Amino acid sequence: MRVMERHGNAPPDDIPLVLAREGHHGPVIHAANRTARQTGIHPGSRVVDMRAICPELQVEYADEAGDRAALDRLVLWARRWCPWTVRDGDDGLILDTTGSDHLLGGEAAMLVEMETQLSLLGLTSRLAVAPTWGAAWALARFGPVRSICGADEVDFKLGALPVTGLRLDPDTVLLLRRLGLKTIGALMDVPRLSLTRRFVKAGLAANPLLRLDQALGKLAEPVSSVDAAPQFRVQSRLAEPIFDPTPYLPELCEDLCAQLKQAGMGCRGLHLCVYKTDGDISHVDVATSAASRDPAHLHSLFRDKVDAINPGYGFDLITLAAGAVEPMQTVQNHLDGGSDDDLHLTRLVDRLSAKFGPRAVSRPALRESHIPERAEGQMPALAAMTDTALVTTKERPLRLLDHPEEVRVLYAVPEGPPAQFVWRRQTHRVARYAGPERIAPEWWKDRPGTRLRDYFKVEDQTGLRIWLYREGLHEDGRGGDPRWFVHGCFA
Amino acid sequence: MGSLRVEKRLAGQGDQPDPLKHTLSEIFPARVTDAAAVGYLLARLPRTNAPVLWVQDRLSRRESGRPYLAGMGASRPIIMVNLSRAVDVLWAMEDGLRCRALGAVVGEVWGDPPALDFTATKRLALRSEAADVPCWLIRRAATANLSAARDRWRIGSVPSAAHPDDAQSPGPPRWALDLFRSRRKKPGQWVAEYDRAADRLYHVAPVRDGPLDAGDGAARERAAG
Repeated sequence: MRVMERHGNAPPDDIPLVLAREGHHGPVIHAANRTARQTGIHPGSRVVDMRAICPELQVEYADEAGDRAALDRLVLWARRWCPWTVRDGDDGLILDTTGSDHLLGGEAAMLVEMETQLSLLGLTSRLAVAPTWGAAWALARFGPVRSICGADEVDFKLGALPVTGLRLDPDTVLLLRRLGLKTIGALMDVPRLSLTRRFVKAGLAANPLLRLDQALGKLAEPVSSVDAAPQFRVQSRLAEPIFDPTPYLPELCEDLCAQLKQAGMGCRGLHLCVYKTDGDISHVDVATSAASRDPAHLHSLFRDKVDAINPGYGFDLITLAAGAVEPMQTVQNHLDGGSDDDLHLTRLVDRLSAKFGPRAVSRPALRESHIPERAEGQMPALAAMTDTALVTTKERPLRLLDHPEEVRVLYAVPEGPPAQFVWRRQTHRVARYAGPERIAPEWWKDRPGTRLRDYFKVEDQTGLRIWLYREGLHEDGRGGDPRWFVHGCFA
Repeated sequence: MGSLRVEKRLAGQGDQPDPLKHTLSEIFPARVTDAAAVGYLLARLPRTNAPVLWVQDRLSRRESGRPYLAGMGASRPIIMVNLSRAVDVLWAMEDGLRCRALGAVVGEVWGDPPALDFTATKRLALRSEAADVPCWLIRRAATANLSAARDRWRIGSVPSAAHPDDAQSPGPPRWALDLFRSRRKKPGQWVAEYDRAADRLYHVAPVRDGPLDAGDGAARERAAG
């Protein structure tokens, strides 16, 4: 699909008007309105020659950068119809409408709707639907109005179009004309082998075979969509390249927070990006656990992170963008000057996560499992509290070892606790014991052959209370003799 | 919560400050695998639902395990911070002590790292007193060197009495508490028994007579009979 951008306010259609740009030998025509085109003026020719043809020609200079920026905005605006849009050259848009057309009542209705909306913006558009980028490009520019091309009629529809519709550079188009190949259909009829020999070394823009394959869908041409620009973004443009962004951070944070405050928003992430003089960028991201717009707090998150920026030969532009923006209410402070406790807690978690990494900070939470190591799960700190109060009825130790440690049992009663065991090279004599508490493996999670555990709380001669377990039973057919492990310590 | 604090502050105008404010206390467990220190610390924490910041270094976690929520009870949320160096543990504890919303800050440091000196402990103690948040430092495999901790404890497990319902199984935990240095209280040694159901600590008269204790009164009964 293609949208033709019309430049500026539309002047009366009966005056021949052209836009000019600087060429190698003076200004050349960049675009012309319909009256000018009818008088024989075509883009690319020199303005002085065209004045000779049409003395009353009005000439204005084109704003190419402005057109491009406007088209970039239009790319994002076009996401009202489908989520995947991209700019195509200097004068087109590609929309991947797969799966979106039925929302607008089918492809034909969708094209009418698009044309209406674009004309409300003051834009003239030429639209086409086709299975491939190349076919859509050709049909929009050279095909009938609002043409719709199904997957099986690409050959037929493209055949009548001129070879200019293959997105080739002018030299190749001229060459094909001289060879007598005026339409795409004629090109398709030529045996492929003879054309391949001629264009084997040509690049994509000069190779009609590759372009034809793209248009017919034999060669993939994916559409990579651009990201929407962040809504809240501040930048600091520097007079000369520097290596350390630290002095500029407080001001950037304050500007960004002022923007956020005005919109009533808070951010949960910050992206600091420096644009280096060698054409590269380097960036640092930080995240917060709750929405915030406090400049001092956000600045403190960058405390040790700025070192991660590789300045290269220096950078001259710093941008700070807010990510994951969400609405945030202003919170009333308490009368005594203190503020809500939760706020301080979120900031503490942010500081710790920013310094030590989000994996280092966690909150243990109980889970429904009898296996001791599975009864406790790690949740992100400040995750929503679950109100399902899981009550542990059996006595559990205060400390649990991450990996149970195997102990050597010197003498074991077959169905009871050991009389004595050696753990970390120290002999413990069992003075008192409680148990066993049998915990069977969870067959829906454990691999087959996992042995059951018999847990004992034993107290040795010095008063140390240890959680021991025997893995398996004698003669249970799941390995040799049962082994003994220490899993935790009671108070 | 906030209004309560205001009332407290308004009512307390002109009063003397509470002499026993929350402060930094150190515990030296008798053995590295002994959980008595953790048990005593949990028994001493204020009974609120405020979360506890629990900072562990890598060696403490590997050698003595991690705090196990199923054993401690889920009523008090815990924010766990797992770090590798003692410097980071002290940094995180100090940062946590800026936050009055916490119920307590607990740190576990292994050995005698150079970062844990008099200055570091003094900073922790001052911060803890300024924020009125209790701070506990558990130091395993460490020597009781110079420190600014207001209370310094040595805590170990001692054999428990028999369970009231089951003669062979261990009863309520008993701990030998040794307050060997304190700025505010008289140092002393006690044996305490912890009643988990009531969340209370009871003093137990230390039985000096070993054989009598071991015989559990049987010899006396025989003599009387």
